[in-house]
Amino acid sequence: MARAVTTQRKTINTVVAWGIGLLIFFPILWILILSFKAEGDAIKTPIEVLTSAWTFENYGVVQERSDYSKHFFNSVILAFGSTILGLIIAVPAAWSMAFVPSKRTKDILMWMLSTKMLPAVGVLYPIYLVFIRLGLLDTRAGLVIVLMLINLPIIVWMLYTYFKEIPGEILEAARMDGASLREEILYVLTPMAIPGMASTVLLNVILAWNEAFWTLNLTAAKAAPLTAFIASYSSPEGLFYAKLSAASTMAIAPILIMGWFSQKQLVRGLTFGAVK
Amino acid sequence: MATQHSRSAARLMMAPAVILLLGWMLVPLTMTLFFSFKKYLPLRGDSLGNGLEWVGFENYVRFVSASSFWPSVFTTLLIVGGVLVITVVLGILLAILLDQPMWGQGIVRILVIAPFFVMPTVSALVWKNLFMDPVNGFLAHVFRFFGATPVEWLSQASLQSIIMIVSWQWLPFATLILLTAIQSLDSEQLEAAEMDGAPVTSRFVHIVLPHLARAITIVILIQTIFLLSIFAEIFVTTGGAFGTRTLTYLIFQRVLESQNVGLGSAGGVYAIILANIVAIFLMRIVGKNLDA
Amino acid sequence: MKIFVRALLGASALSLAVTGVSAETLTIATVNNGDMIRMQGLTEDFTAKTGHDVEWVTLEENVLRQRVTTDITTKGGAFDIMTIGMYETPIWGANGWLVPLDDLSAEYDADDILPAMAGGLSHDGTLYAAPFYGESSMIMYRTDLMEKAGLEMPDAPTWTFIREAAAAMTDRDNDINGICLRGKAGWGEGGAFITAMSNSFGARWFDMDWNAQFDTQPWKDTLEFFVGMMSESGPAGYATNGFNENLSLFQQGKCGMWIDATVAASFVTNPNDSTVADKVGFALAPDNGLGKRSNWLWAWALAIPAGSQKVDAAKQFIEWATSKGYIELVASKEGWANVPPGARKSLYENPNYMDVPFAKMTLDSILTADPNNSTVEPSPYVGVQFAAIPEFAGIATEVSQEFSAVYAGQQSVDEALAKAQAITNDAMEAAGYK
Repeated sequence: MARAVTTQRKTINTVVAWGIGLLIFFPILWILILSFKAEGDAIKTPIEVLTSAWTFENYGVVQERSDYSKHFFNSVILAFGSTILGLIIAVPAAWSMAFVPSKRTKDILMWMLSTKMLPAVGVLYPIYLVFIRLGLLDTRAGLVIVLMLINLPIIVWMLYTYFKEIPGEILEAARMDGASLREEILYVLTPMAIPGMASTVLLNVILAWNEAFWTLNLTAAKAAPLTAFIASYSSPEGLFYAKLSAASTMAIAPILIMGWFSQKQLVRGLTFGAVK
Repeated sequence: MATQHSRSAARLMMAPAVILLLGWMLVPLTMTLFFSFKKYLPLRGDSLGNGLEWVGFENYVRFVSASSFWPSVFTTLLIVGGVLVITVVLGILLAILLDQPMWGQGIVRILVIAPFFVMPTVSALVWKNLFMDPVNGFLAHVFRFFGATPVEWLSQASLQSIIMIVSWQWLPFATLILLTAIQSLDSEQLEAAEMDGAPVTSRFVHIVLPHLARAITIVILIQTIFLLSIFAEIFVTTGGAFGTRTLTYLIFQRVLESQNVGLGSAGGVYAIILANIVAIFLMRIVGKNLDA
Repeated sequence: MKIFVRALLGASALSLAVTGVSAETLTIATVNNGDMIRMQGLTEDFTAKTGHDVEWVTLEENVLRQRVTTDITTKGGAFDIMTIGMYETPIWGANGWLVPLDDLSAEYDADDILPAMAGGLSHDGTLYAAPFYGESSMIMYRTDLMEKAGLEMPDAPTWTFIREAAAAMTDRDNDINGICLRGKAGWGEGGAFITAMSNSFGARWFDMDWNAQFDTQPWKDTLEFFVGMMSESGPAGYATNGFNENLSLFQQGKCGMWIDATVAASFVTNPNDSTVADKVGFALAPDNGLGKRSNWLWAWALAIPAGSQKVDAAKQFIEWATSKGYIELVASKEGWANVPPGARKSLYENPNYMDVPFAKMTLDSILTADPNNSTVEPSPYVGVQFAAIPEFAGIATEVSQEFSAVYAGQQSVDEALAKAQAITNDAMEAAGYK
């Protein structure tokens, strides 16, 4: 990193990067702005929108209409529940793939990924019938399982790539010292894989939080997360830009904030083994 | 190091994940296959309990012979391909830019990755109403401000609009992975090339691109898996009108709108076949980079 | 431990005494329309009266339909009450999936439900869903622009007059379009409008043998007239305009006329939302001298899935939500113009309500729509802007997508009609009609 950088070049970089960054971020910023505007002002020209009065009214209306906290807690439970469950199942699998590889390891990994290609809507009826039979309809437990299964291939793959980067000699040394398999995974492997685990958790929480097909179709009132909350704000009678914006902000803000605070971990680990 | 003992332990530890995914794949797959050979019209009172009529390959023939079948396959490939090209190309450029020294790098990175956290439903709703609406949308206001006629995005440029919305959502993902890869690039190697007077393009083609090959592969692979099944973005914006009906959406129309589960299941089998063709194709072209 | 158990028993006995043994929690799936959202806000009144709690599942129309249909066909039992329309009710009723509503209390006065609504929500004379509100469609027009154009709107205009008036009112320099109509794909959006319109042109979806009729002249006339009129006087981009978009355009003063759901009348005359609230007139939907007008008939209604464990509580809710008392409750809180319209005869005998400017025209529109006899030539189906057969929603959505492509200038009328014909016949064959 000893490259000499002229201030001029740094300035150009900064201007260009900020411009592009703001452009990409702009839609989200606009949602945020409109959510604080009166319904009548929200459809005006951008300049009129910016100069019009600010109000918290929309958030009040949205909160009164739908039970935000219920949907929010369901989203939290589903996203983290499915990720943790997935981790419990994926860690041993990824461990054995990384440290006891066989000829079929690569095939198994690819096959796992390919299960994600089954079009969800085609199997809605079968899954719905299974859910009824098992009494899982509109339960958080049922959705935690489904979301876990959807993301399991990604979790296994990510963990596998992190584990592979850990030199096998270290584990062997631990084993020489008399560590059991369980101890080996828990006390040697896991601490070394923490950055990878963190980004795995983050990515899967995001994916589970945003999953909108199963969470909408397998729930009613009790287990419905924020994806169902937002479904009650799309195209009602009349175009309600401000309320739609407020509801959208409420649906994406938690995950956005979490993502921002943890972006360092996310970036560090989100390699899928792409960096050697 | 792999003793017989650790091998069996390894199998045991892989078992839960494999069995669960096998179940998650096989139960629906078997049922889809089963339904695809049956006449199953739930609204006409057909149900598993009443027994379903066997119709052979009728559903398969009907699904392919509909005028909407081939267009839907091409639409699917266009959307997947379009989004892949946009996100990979822009992702590389953005990653290179973000790797340069600048002020406020962390904040710019936060701005760039933000769209990835937005739910597809929200993103589609917001783009459709707040931005692409030809009367009250932001873009319409901007066009009118410059004296131009607002574009009717979702009817006149429907496919492009959807590709754009989806690219906006996935560009952060591509950028992130590519950025991580670029950061691991040996800067001394680049500097040496710079000293030797290699022009920017040649440095990019001979040093940067090969280094990124593996990351690009990963981006393509993961995005393809997700893009093949995009649904909310189409459901919310055009509802499959104006040539935006993908194979997934066509299956949705058959199963849920027409309530013809048999026909839709046959479509599901075709979708699996298409996904596998795409997957094999991907493996052939880019799989070399992936020694996973 | 003993004390703890006793305390627990005591507490539960107490709670039983307070809420009553039969207190239930009802899960109700509903659509996110204004009247339903208002009902959610008034749920406390129901809970106070009966002790039952309500959990709402409020969804956008298309999501709602897909959600409740999956649940009812699989007997999932996720909902105790479903909000469904005039299209679903007779089909589901015929399949025995809904609890008959033939034993509602005398106080509820089921005979007060408008016959057109009760008829559309019944199968074989048994009511399966109670109308929460009903609607037809009618013309809403700007009285000031009509005057400026030197024209006068008859109570029952023809399509020829509407087309001329639209052209006369159009002033594109000032962003005024003579007429705004639905062009958006979807059987309940543009599909509903064009089907209702085609009735007045003498078209029909099926002949008596369930053959698609898109190869007939009346359909060609309908589409050509619609496309011609909209390109002369319609707003840009009408191919993606549905109810919401047109409502917004009309409220912003950008439409001379708008033919759409009668419930929109209360939105366009509400000064809080509409810039033209005091300049709106109403007329019957146009005809073509063939004896059928182009207005539809629809109701959002509440139904109980068969097999529900909470039928009694659900019936109590339905009686509450669709009662005369509920209408009075809304009137007392929000004014008469905002009560759910179109369901009960008594509402249109109420002098307070008949003072509302659009009340009479709404009733007249509802009364001229006849789901059992909607087409000029005989047709085998029930329904005005739809055919109440299970396959219709899927077919009509695809057909309306072809039509929308015409509106967007992407294909010709003939191409769209040929595709519509093929799509429809293919789907009917798949469903076993042939």
